[in-house]
Amino acid sequence: MRLTCPLCGPRDRREFYYYGAEDYLNRPDAGAPGSAWDDYLHNRDNPAGMTRDLWYHEQGCAQWLIVTRNTVTHAVTAVDLVAGRQGAAT
Amino acid sequence: MRIDGKGIIDRTRQARFRFDGRDYQGFKGDTLASALLANGVRLVGRSFKYHRPRGILTAGSEEPNALVEVIGKTNRTPNVRATVQEVFDGLETRSQNRMGSLKHDLLAVNDLFAPFLSAGFYYKTFMWPRAFWEKLYEPAIRRAAGLGSLSGRHDEGAYEKAWAHADLLVIGAGPAGLMAALVAARAGADVVLADENPVLGGRLIAEGGTLGGEPAAVWVAGVEAELRSLPNVRILTRTTVTGAYDDGTYGALERVGLHKPARPDLPRECFWRIVAPRAILAAGALERPIAFPMNDRPGIMMAGAVRSYLNRFGVAAGKRVTIFASTDSARATARDLVAAGVQVAAIIDPRPDASVVEEVPVHLGAEVIDTRGRHGLRSITVRKGAESFEIETDCLAMSGGWNPTLHLTSHMNVRPRWSEDLAAFVPVEGAVPGLFAAGAANGTMSTHGALTAGKAAAEAALSALGRVAGTVAVPAAEDAPYGHRAIWSVEGRGRAWLDFANDVTTKDIRQAAKESYASVEHMKRYTTQGMAPDQGKNSNVGALAVLADATGRGIPETGTTTFRPPYTPVSIAAMGAGGRGAGFAPQRFLTSDQASRDRGAPMIETGLWYRPGYFPKRGEATWKEACDREVAMVRQAVGVTDVSTLGKIDIQGKDAGRFLDFVYTNTFSTLPVGRVRYGLMLREDGMVLDDGTSARLGETHYLMTTTTAAAGLVMRHLDFVQQAFCADWDLRFISVTESWAQFAVAGPKARALLDSLLEMPIGDLPFMACAAARVGGVEARLFRISFSGEEGFEIAVPTRYGEALFRDLLARAETMGGGPYGMEALNVLRIEKGFITHAEIHGRITAFDIGMEKMVSAKKDCIGKAAAQRPGLWGPEREQLVGLKATGPISAGAHLFRPGFAVERENDQGYVTSVCWSPTLGAWLGQAFLKDGRARHGETIRLVDHLRDIDMACEVCDPVFFDPEGGRMRA
Amino acid sequence: MRYSGWKVFAEGLRGNKGWKPAWRDPAPKAEYDAIIIGGGGHGLSTAYYLAKNHGITNVAVLEKGWLGGGNVGRNTTIVRANYFLPGNSEFYSHSLKLWEGLERDLNYNVMHSQRGLVNLFHSDGQRDAFARRGNAMINQGDDAILLDREGVRELLPYLDFDNTRFPIHGGLLHPRGGTARHDAVAWGYARAADRRGVDLIQNCEVTGIDIENGRIRGVQTTRGAIRAGKVGIVVAGRSGQVAAMAGMRLPIESHILQAFVTEGLKPVIDHVISFGMGHFYISQSDKGGLVFGGDLDFYASYAARGNLPMVEHVMEAGMTLMPMIGRARVLRSWGGIMDMSPDGSPIIDKTHVEGLFLDCGWNYGGFKAVPASGWCMAHLMATGESHEVAKRFRLDRFATGHLLDEEGTGSQHNLH
Repeated sequence: MRLTCPLCGPRDRREFYYYGAEDYLNRPDAGAPGSAWDDYLHNRDNPAGMTRDLWYHEQGCAQWLIVTRNTVTHAVTAVDLVAGRQGAAT
Repeated sequence: MRIDGKGIIDRTRQARFRFDGRDYQGFKGDTLASALLANGVRLVGRSFKYHRPRGILTAGSEEPNALVEVIGKTNRTPNVRATVQEVFDGLETRSQNRMGSLKHDLLAVNDLFAPFLSAGFYYKTFMWPRAFWEKLYEPAIRRAAGLGSLSGRHDEGAYEKAWAHADLLVIGAGPAGLMAALVAARAGADVVLADENPVLGGRLIAEGGTLGGEPAAVWVAGVEAELRSLPNVRILTRTTVTGAYDDGTYGALERVGLHKPARPDLPRECFWRIVAPRAILAAGALERPIAFPMNDRPGIMMAGAVRSYLNRFGVAAGKRVTIFASTDSARATARDLVAAGVQVAAIIDPRPDASVVEEVPVHLGAEVIDTRGRHGLRSITVRKGAESFEIETDCLAMSGGWNPTLHLTSHMNVRPRWSEDLAAFVPVEGAVPGLFAAGAANGTMSTHGALTAGKAAAEAALSALGRVAGTVAVPAAEDAPYGHRAIWSVEGRGRAWLDFANDVTTKDIRQAAKESYASVEHMKRYTTQGMAPDQGKNSNVGALAVLADATGRGIPETGTTTFRPPYTPVSIAAMGAGGRGAGFAPQRFLTSDQASRDRGAPMIETGLWYRPGYFPKRGEATWKEACDREVAMVRQAVGVTDVSTLGKIDIQGKDAGRFLDFVYTNTFSTLPVGRVRYGLMLREDGMVLDDGTSARLGETHYLMTTTTAAAGLVMRHLDFVQQAFCADWDLRFISVTESWAQFAVAGPKARALLDSLLEMPIGDLPFMACAAARVGGVEARLFRISFSGEEGFEIAVPTRYGEALFRDLLARAETMGGGPYGMEALNVLRIEKGFITHAEIHGRITAFDIGMEKMVSAKKDCIGKAAAQRPGLWGPEREQLVGLKATGPISAGAHLFRPGFAVERENDQGYVTSVCWSPTLGAWLGQAFLKDGRARHGETIRLVDHLRDIDMACEVCDPVFFDPEGGRMRA
Repeated sequence: MRYSGWKVFAEGLRGNKGWKPAWRDPAPKAEYDAIIIGGGGHGLSTAYYLAKNHGITNVAVLEKGWLGGGNVGRNTTIVRANYFLPGNSEFYSHSLKLWEGLERDLNYNVMHSQRGLVNLFHSDGQRDAFARRGNAMINQGDDAILLDREGVRELLPYLDFDNTRFPIHGGLLHPRGGTARHDAVAWGYARAADRRGVDLIQNCEVTGIDIENGRIRGVQTTRGAIRAGKVGIVVAGRSGQVAAMAGMRLPIESHILQAFVTEGLKPVIDHVISFGMGHFYISQSDKGGLVFGGDLDFYASYAARGNLPMVEHVMEAGMTLMPMIGRARVLRSWGGIMDMSPDGSPIIDKTHVEGLFLDCGWNYGGFKAVPASGWCMAHLMATGESHEVAKRFRLDRFATGHLLDEEGTGSQHNLH
């Protein structure tokens, strides 16, 4: 399995750390109700098909990445920088 | 029997080898199988279940029967395919899975009991009485099962792993693979050509024949010479591509040294990871047996194998061969045998309308219905219409058709497609992205077809790679249509084997279907068909056909089980190469490592690091004596210990303080420059992630420290928080853990020791402050912090000065009654003082649990704050950190109970995380988590450790045992 | 037909012609009292205990593929009761007791073999953590023995005590831990459930869940609509998709766990060995194959297959711990789809839909839980109340913070 890091190019899977679904990017506001935090931390669409999830190029450029890929075929269609997305800024 | 003038073995180079204690002679280029056949040895193994005598069935890695042990000087290798192992001078082998000699295997008695050992019999019995399963039945089954045996000794052999990157991987160097490699290589593509055999050519070598008017071997040699001359081609012989993985990654096993006498510098095997955007599967096809009654005797072989032994090795598999086949290719075997002077007694062809051109007796519309010969085939019984007759023969070459070797295309769970025309499964294009089958692997059975397909596949790959193929001519070659008729099984009185290796017969399949195990996966698992070392390569399609017949469904409807990696078995040592001993994980050494070892300190693993446990002095008999002395030394004089393993993260930028406020529960933006603060960090789920101190080195410059265990974790966490939530803040940080060597200097004489060393004295540096310093002309950092409860400092210098500083510190400390202290003393000191480690913050602990809820600032948001408010993470039901004091030994891992209550889970009040004997206080101390513990100080609690036989009354108290006011630290 | 040694003998004499189907192949009826979605180990055991313990026999098990085709048919067959958190302790303890009588209960030899499980430790800290665990096991009424280095050497002399990267300080021995024949567990429950009247319906995929006014009405399937007043979702890695049909979003992420088996070998490993520092565990099957595995591949996946990084890591762990297995050859690898929960513990609970129940979140420890999971799920479906030993397996515990996190790794699904 290989991911094409936007900064480093195609690299073997073993350079990357996996976190989870991109839900982790949508942190609720400090005052959000408990259910919002429950959704944020625990509940997942967990799709059998296309998903967007978070990987970290730990043995590379230390960038967090949003990977668009298929959980059934493992086909990767896009890799984007977390820091470059809309909303990464406060 | 060797045939003069045939084969590509090197008859000038003899190889003496042994099998079951007898000496034999072969030639370089022989496999063990070909050499044994040349020596007239037919019985080479015993079957798995019934211990039936078995011989050599095939000439390739798919061999189900001829598995032997190879005996080395220091170790042995079980389950080696005699059909793959090459002979060399001194090769020592023996048969396996027998009790007694191969010829007189006592376990052959199983065969007599075969009626009671039908499919799944063990699920229906051995249940009474219960205790007998483990004591009697199971040990007996285990002893009888298994094939070869491991020696039980460490495998000291050398193994390697390697990477290769190419534009194109060509799997198989038969006509399709060679042609593909040639076309791609001439166009300049980087090509890896891998073939399981030691020689290139595949079927061209096994079948002989001509290409472009010259002997096939000459054409092969020409192509090989050209490929070897090109810098963009890597040829891997003796290399089996074993698995197809995501994104053009393939696993492959190269048998580097298994064909030679062992040498320490010669790897036995190398496991390759080959990365290629395109690959061509040109792995050919495997011939399938026919399940006719008593078809498992030594001497009954695949027709293609008989041909291969003749043409590649110059060996006649029998003196009087018969053919039982429904394929035209088996007729070629007969023709080759006759041409080589081997007697062919008869051809039995179930096809009533097949052609008769051979000058040997041909029985059309006939079948073999029985065989005889206890340790080797003597005769067969043939049925033709209403009559049956016997033929004396010592070798029966059978062929029920060919199955494309498509296994790799199924490794991503796409099942192959059934082709009625071929009566075989064929690959589905796109099943593995980038992998394209060509030639026989794709169902194109003629040599010419394979050459053409290989060329086309390479051209397609070149086009996808953006390269232009040159003109390469396809040589003229055999181009007959694939003449065959599917024949799966022959009804008769005896058992007809499908899976030779696991002893599964057609009856077993039918019984499974009748007993509800009718889906293909159920049948496989119930009968074990396809689960043996050949993974069903010889039996899957036949078994499916029998199952389809038994259930009245067609083969496509019945479906097939999934092929999974590896294609052929791969040794654990090869895939685990590099993992032996210390190779399994990186080792991290402190700059003080050698200095500590010089003083006899036992080094203990702390994560990947090695840290000194204690520094023994002459006359100290136990670690505890050393530890007690070191504790007293720190409390009374001064101790030095290396704390460089702690994570250090340098954080700079205008928003650095703001960032720390977000990742710590408490506030750092208000920390004055030159000050240090203890910080508590939560995971987003509200549990404690880590703790440590952070120093403000400048207005926009902080240095964070983490625990040793969480250094990597925290770095990853900070990267996430910053990139995900505040990517626009003015902020940069980097791990500097390896850049600084840092030593704790603690004790009443710590200041004096440092002042003797620093270019400027410490002066009035307050507790929890930091300053730049210079030592021996080197810039250093000085922190006044304490993990021992004594006045303490940590001094950091660039890593390259670490060892020198450490040795200097120790030398000076020793003149003051001080010296080094290790992890044991460090642990005692921190327990006495009530400091926690990851023994306490073990991932299920909240700030509330450790009494630090007030450190969660109410004035700001921080990571983990919201989730920590969940009701289950608060209140008296939670176990809270307490101290324990006892007069006798106590243990970490013990559980706590109220005195007078039964020691049962229902009454469990908590557990102990850390303990020590405190030489300072003369008592046993512990840290524990106790339900509602903070409200229970002063209570007596019962500590029970069944495992260490400890049952002790303890006093519950505040976890800070020593100097609770902190006067010593602040002195 | 009752199985016995005598029956095997008698059938052998008459050519094994008299064996009867292990279960019927019924067409689905229009309505059942209860439907279990998922014909894996947990679903089949739920159906069995509904019939046996609660007399509810008008039950259908709907399986989209073949019975036992999920994780019960692709695991490393380890059976143990070595948990330490209240909630888990009593549940797995109960499960192990059921295992110990399973053969006779089911009249099917599932080859449960209590070979003893050794968890190795490599530091004082790990020893203390295992001591806490071992003491909890004994407090629960189960068994545990703390071995020092020499104790481990006596039991497992073939480990590399001299050179391994993380020296062996000792181990926690769980004598009643062991293995069982995984497929046989599914088949045994299937046959026993069928004998009590349960309809096992294969090749029947649930495509919709019918809910009216907050109450379950039945399910839509590829073989038509089926009504039922009670429906249990017991589909492990597919929980997310099935629950979505009822409008639920679960705290589950599905991950790959690979496992491996070697060619058959004569007996060489008697115990189950777990090497935490290498995320490696191994035992030897009765057929002689070394059965072993490691950690997740770590990325969410439904592919039921993995990649080389974890394959190699597992092999390297094996080589540092017990280099005597180096010449054993890996015959086959496979991947299961693990329903990973945010605290590593399962869920057996009601849902917001009346009559709809959920059993999931088995992470990679579902095999040993098969008996108790079915027992407790059946209890819940029959009585509407959580069984005493499963009452902490609440769906809402992540929201409330009443977590059961044995690993202490927190809410990240793939870390358990």
